[in-house]
Amino acid sequence: MGAPLIGARVERKEDYRFLTGAGQYTDDVELPRQSYAAFVRSPHAHAVIKKISMVKAKASAGVLAIYTGEDFAAAKLGGLPCGWLITDVNGQPMKEPPHPCLAQGKVRYVGDQVAIVVAETQAQARDAAELVEVDYEVLPAVVDGSKATAKDAPQLHEGAPDNTCYVWAIGDKAATDAAFAKAAHVTRLDLINNRLIPNAIEPRVANGSYSRADDSYTLYVASQNPHVERLLMTAFVMGLPEHKVRVVSQDVGGGFGSKIYLYAEDVAVTWASKQVNRPVKWTSDRSEAFLTDAHGRDHHTIAELAMDKDGHFLGMRVKTTANVGAYLSTFASCVPTILYATLLAGQYKTPVIHCEVTAVFTNTTPVDAYRGAGRPEATYVVERLVETAAREMKIDPADIRRRNFITAFPYQTPVALMYDIGDYNATMDAAQKLGDVAGYPARKKASEAKGKLRGLGYAAYIEACGIAPSAVAGALGARAGLFEAGEVRVHPTGSVTVFTGSHSHGQGHETTFAQVVADRLGMPIENVDIVHGDTSKVLFGMGTYGSRSIAVGGTAIVKALDKVIAKGKKIAAHLMEAAESDVVFENGAYTVAGTDKKKMFGEVAFAAYVPHNYPHDKLEPGLNENAFYDPANFTFPAGTYVCEVEVDPETGVVKIEKFTAVDDFGNIINPMIVEGQVHGGLTQGIGQALTEGCQYDASGQLLTGSFMDYCLPRASDVPFYQVDTRVTACTHNPLGVKGCGEAGAIGAPAALMNAITDALGVKDMPMPATPQTVWRTLKNKKAA
Amino acid sequence: MHAFKYHRPSSVNDAAALVKGEAKLLAGGQTLVQTMKLRLASPSDIIDLGTIKDLAGIKSDGKTLSIGAMTRHADVAHSAEVKKAIPALAALAAMIGDRQVRAMGTIGGSVANNDPAADYPAALLALNATITTNKGKHEADKFFKGMFTTALAADEIITGVSFQVPRRAAYTKFKNPASRFAIVGVFVADFGGSVRVAVTGAGAGVFRQADMEKALAAKFAPESVANIKVKQDGLNSDMHASAEYRAHLVTVMAKRAVEAALK
Ligand SMILES: Cc1cc2nc3c(=O)[nH]c(=O)nc-3n(C[C@H](O)[C@H](O)[C@H](O)COP(=O)(O)OP(=O)(O)OC[C@H]3O[C@@H](n4cnc5c(N)ncnc54)[C@H](O)[C@@H]3O)c2cc1C
Repeated sequence: MGAPLIGARVERKEDYRFLTGAGQYTDDVELPRQSYAAFVRSPHAHAVIKKISMVKAKASAGVLAIYTGEDFAAAKLGGLPCGWLITDVNGQPMKEPPHPCLAQGKVRYVGDQVAIVVAETQAQARDAAELVEVDYEVLPAVVDGSKATAKDAPQLHEGAPDNTCYVWAIGDKAATDAAFAKAAHVTRLDLINNRLIPNAIEPRVANGSYSRADDSYTLYVASQNPHVERLLMTAFVMGLPEHKVRVVSQDVGGGFGSKIYLYAEDVAVTWASKQVNRPVKWTSDRSEAFLTDAHGRDHHTIAELAMDKDGHFLGMRVKTTANVGAYLSTFASCVPTILYATLLAGQYKTPVIHCEVTAVFTNTTPVDAYRGAGRPEATYVVERLVETAAREMKIDPADIRRRNFITAFPYQTPVALMYDIGDYNATMDAAQKLGDVAGYPARKKASEAKGKLRGLGYAAYIEACGIAPSAVAGALGARAGLFEAGEVRVHPTGSVTVFTGSHSHGQGHETTFAQVVADRLGMPIENVDIVHGDTSKVLFGMGTYGSRSIAVGGTAIVKALDKVIAKGKKIAAHLMEAAESDVVFENGAYTVAGTDKKKMFGEVAFAAYVPHNYPHDKLEPGLNENAFYDPANFTFPAGTYVCEVEVDPETGVVKIEKFTAVDDFGNIINPMIVEGQVHGGLTQGIGQALTEGCQYDASGQLLTGSFMDYCLPRASDVPFYQVDTRVTACTHNPLGVKGCGEAGAIGAPAALMNAITDALGVKDMPMPATPQTVWRTLKNKKAA
Repeated sequence: MHAFKYHRPSSVNDAAALVKGEAKLLAGGQTLVQTMKLRLASPSDIIDLGTIKDLAGIKSDGKTLSIGAMTRHADVAHSAEVKKAIPALAALAAMIGDRQVRAMGTIGGSVANNDPAADYPAALLALNATITTNKGKHEADKFFKGMFTTALAADEIITGVSFQVPRRAAYTKFKNPASRFAIVGVFVADFGGSVRVAVTGAGAGVFRQADMEKALAAKFAPESVANIKVKQDGLNSDMHASAEYRAHLVTVMAKRAVEAALK
C-alpha cells in the first residue's frame, strides 16, 4: 500500500461526471408516459379564497387534471408536519397551525400553493395554470417579525394568537440579571440578522410515479435526506406504509438546507401520480425558488454583555424575535432555539447567559435552516458584542477574547452544551500570524493615504455539528432520531460498495468516504464506491445537514468496517489455521504475528463468498455488515477569522482586502475538499454581510424576487482566501472528526461587519453592507 | 414562454413587412427572450434579424465610427477599430452584463430597448450619435424619450449607429450590485471646445448634464465637476439607491470619468 489516504488531497471521484454533464439530476429523470405539473400560486401575501374557477383551465390543451385544496381535504391528506416540538416558557407546546399542501380557504404568503395543474407538457401545464381564476379577498399583511405581535397586527392563524408560535427561554435569568447588576461595563447591541434566500444552483424538482402493479410510489426528488422525506410524507401526510414508497435523490445540485424539508409540491406530485395514473413531474423555475424555497435567518435581537473592569465577561442577556414565516417548515422551530441559543457561550467562559426567543408567524415564505442554521445568528450576536465591547473598553479585540477563552475541557456551558475539546488560542494565534495582523497599521496608513478607510475585524466562532445524541435531542423536542446508518458490502473479489444514509449534494462524500474505507481496508480507492440517495438501496439514513456527514455518517461506516474486518479476521484465522487472537489486520492483509502467514483482504472476501474451506459451524458466509451510529455528543468545530476591508468613502463600496480563516475541524480526511467547503461557506457568509438581503414590501410582495435585485456574491466580490487549520481531534468519534460544511458561513458575517464598523468608526450598521448603506452610515455619522 | 411563429427574413425590407400586430423583432434576445420566459411578453411572431446580411460590422473614417445594429457587445469590446477611435466605447461594451450577455446582445437591441439603466444610450448621447433605420436617421438628442421609449416607429428597424469621434472620452459606471446594470453611468466626451456629459441609470431615461458640460468646456478637469451638486428631482429611487444617493453618485462618477479621460 502507498501513503495513507486519510489526509490526502484526493481529487473528487464525482467530478468527472459532474464536469462532463453525465450527472443524473432529478430533472434528468424522464419516465415513460411522463406528465408535468405547474402550480397556481397566490399573488397575495394574505387573502381569503372566495372562489376558484377552473372552466377555462380545464379546457386548455393537454390538461389531464387540476386539483385544489378541496380535493386534498377530500382525500384526507394531512398537512406538512414540523419535526421539532418546542415547549414554551409556560410548559405549553408551541402553536402548530395547519400547514396544508394546497391552501384551504386562505393563502398566507405570496407563492402559497393554491392548485396543481397536470398536463401533457410543461408548457401546457403552465398555460393552463394561468387560466385558473381565483377570486381573492385581500387581507392586510404583516411581514416584519418585530411587528407581528402588535395588538393591531393582522392575524395569520386561528390557533396562534398574536401570531406567536412560542416564547422559549434558556439559562438562569435571575443569575444573569445579578451579573449585570454588578457589571463595570455593559455593551448593548440591537442587531438584525437579515433574511436570506438560499438559491441552490439546481432548483427543487419532484417527479412522482405510481405503480398500479404493486400499489407503490416512487418519488424522485432533489432532497438532502430521502429517508426523512419518505418518513414524513408517508407517516404524517399520506398515511402510506413506508415499504410502498421509494424516494430517490441521486445527484442534487446544492441544498444549503433548503432541500431538507418536505414541501407541498413533493406530496402533490406523488398523490396526483396515482390520480392520473401517470408520472407527474414538477420543476421549479428560479422565480418559484425565490418565492417558495424555505428562507434563512431573519432575527431581530437585543443583546447585552456584562463585564468587569478588566473586560472579563460576567453575563450575557439576549432577546430575539425569530420570524418563521407563514407556516412552520420542517425544522423551523429548532433553528432559532436549540441550534441558536445553545451556542451563545461561543468560545468564552461567560458564566451566566439568559436568552429568550419569540418565534412569530408573518405573511412571508417559511423560514428554516440555511447553511449554519442558528449558529451564524448566534455567532453574529456573540462576536459583534465581543468586538464592540473591546472597542468600548479600549482593549485590543484579540486580547479581550484571549482573556475570556475557555481553556480547560471538557467544558459545560451555561446553555446546555458540553464542549469536548478545542484550542481557541491556537486558532487565534495562527489566524493573527497568517493574516499578518502585525502589519495592519502600515496597511491602514497606506489606505488612508489613498483617501480610503481601512478596518479589521475578528470572529472567533464556535459551532455544534451532528445534533446528538438522539435521546437528548428527543428530550429537547426532536421528533426524529439523529443517528446515521452505513452498510459495507464486500464483493466476492474484494471490491467494496458502501451505502450511506448521508447524502451528498456537492460535499464530495463519494471521495471523502471512499478515502476512509480504502484506508481502513488497505485497498486502492478505485475499489470503493459510495452509494447514497435511494431508499431502496440504502438501509436507512437521516441525511445531510448541520455538517453531520463525516462525524455521524462517516462513523457509521467505520463501525460497519470494524465489523467487516472482525468477521474477516475469523475467516482469515480459519484459512491460516491460527488462533483468531493471533491474527492482525494491517495494510489490507491478515497476518499471524511471528509467522509469515498472510491472507490478503480480497482472498478472505473470496473465501466468504466461495465458502469451500470455511468455518461454517461458527460463521455465516458472505461479507456484508451494517451499523447504526448514535453519537455521544455534538462535535464542536471552532476557529478564528480575520477580515480586513477597505472602504471608498465617496461611494460606500467595500472591498475585502484580506480574509484569513483558521479552523479546527478535528482530523481532516481530504484537505482539498475541506478548503473548498470553507471557501464556499465564507463566500455565503460574505454574501449575507455584504450583498444579500431578502426584502418584502409592506403588502408582502417579494421585492428581491430575482437575481436582478437579490445579489448573490460573485467571484469578483470575494478575495483570495487565506485558510489553514489547527487540529484538536474530537474525543468521541473514532475518526476524531468534527465537520466543516457550515463554518465559513457561520464565522464570516461577524468578521466582516466587525471590519466594516471598524473602518467606518461606527458601533453598528445593518447587513448587508451595500454601498448605499455604507454611504448613508458615513453620512449620518458626519451629520451627528 | 408562450408559443409564437418564428421568421428568418433575409433582408431588412422583408423584416419590416413582417412587423405587424403583436410581432416582435429579435436581435440578441438578451432582453426579449428573458421577458418571454417570464411570460411578461408573449409576441405572436418573432422576426429574427440574425440572418440578415450586413447588419453587423464596424467601420471608422477617423471622424465617425459606424457600428451595425446586429454587432454584438463582445465584438465592440474587442474591436481594434473601436479601441483606436473611441477606447471609451470599447470599455463601455466590455462592462455590459456578463460574458454570455455580451456574446449575444447587440447595440441595435440595446438602443431600441432604451432601458433606463442601459449603458449604450449614454454613449450615444455623449458622442452625438446618429441612429440609422430603414426609414431614415435620428439624432441621439431627439431619439431617447425616457423609460423604454424611443423615437422609433412601430415598424422601424435600426440598421446602425454612427458616433462622432471625440478628442477624449471616458465612461464610468456604478453598477447595481445585483443586476450589474448602471445605477449611475456617466459618459464624458470632450470634442475640443464642446463637451457632452450623458448620464444613464439615474433617471427615467438617459439625459445630459448641462451644468457639467459648461464647466468642463471651460476647463476639462475633475475639479470642474467635483462640487457640482446634482438635483434629486426626477431621479430614480429604489431599494439599491435612493434619489439622493444617485444624485451624489452622478457627481462622483462624472469626476472619475474626467480623471479617466485625462489619463
Ligand atoms: C444578465 C443580463 C445582464 C445585462 N446587463 C446589462 C448591462 O449591464 N448594461 C446594459 O446596457 N445592458 C445589459 N443587459 C441587456 C443587454 O445589453 C441586451 O442585450 C440589450 O438590452 C438588448 O439587446 P439584444 O440584442 O439582446 O435585443 P433583444 O432582446 O433581442 O431585443 C430587445 C428589444 O429591442 C427590439 N429590437 C432589437 N433589435 C432591434 C432593431 N435593430 N431595431 C428595432 N428594434 C430592435 C426588440 O424587438 C426588443 O423589443 C443585460 C442583459 C442580461 C440578460
